[in-house]
Amino acid sequence: MVQPDAVQDAIRRALPDAAVEVEDLTGGGDHLQVRVVSSAFAGLSRVKQHQLVYGALRQELASEAIHALAVSTATP
Amino acid sequence: MTSRTGRADGQFLNPFPFPLRAVMDASTQQRIETLIASSPVVVFMKGNKLMPQCGFSNNVVQILNALGVPFETFDVLSDPEIRQGIKEFSDWPTIPQVYVRGEFMGGSDILIEMYNSGELREKLEVALAS
Repeated sequence: MVQPDAVQDAIRRALPDAAVEVEDLTGGGDHLQVRVVSSAFAGLSRVKQHQLVYGALRQELASEAIHALAVSTATP
Repeated sequence: MTSRTGRADGQFLNPFPFPLRAVMDASTQQRIETLIASSPVVVFMKGNKLMPQCGFSNNVVQILNALGVPFETFDVLSDPEIRQGIKEFSDWPTIPQVYVRGEFMGGSDILIEMYNSGELREKLEVALAS
């Protein structure tokens, strides 16, 4: 289980200019959806963009604190 | 055995400056490579084509069915080594994972985007024509 604030903070640490929206899909804190807008994504494939977001949440994903994570990325 | 870190809560503190990763053994890597090469479109998923066991995995199956393309699936729930190994192999922490002609495409979110934009149909047409 992770708080949406913690997810936002983790992503902003990795991508300082990011606009981040976090949604808890089930209310249980472990099925989340994130929308991230950042100039860091410019020129990157979707896979690489998502990998940047996943990288910010590596610990939480590895420990299954986040069990499922839907990711949507865009450049500003 | 006493905790190496001496912490009362038994927490292991990573003494290395980089994240600890499980190292995949050679045979698991080989099996993954073989699976990826076994068919033009390969999906590592939870469950199988007929009975997906997870919503995200089901999304991928439904999209590929809608496009009418042949694809192979591997049920990671049946094999903990592959389930963990494919995440390291692809550098991608979630399931499902889609490979087209050996190239990692992404998971459910990316497939949905590519399906909606028409990119996926194009990509698959090229992949299946070769």
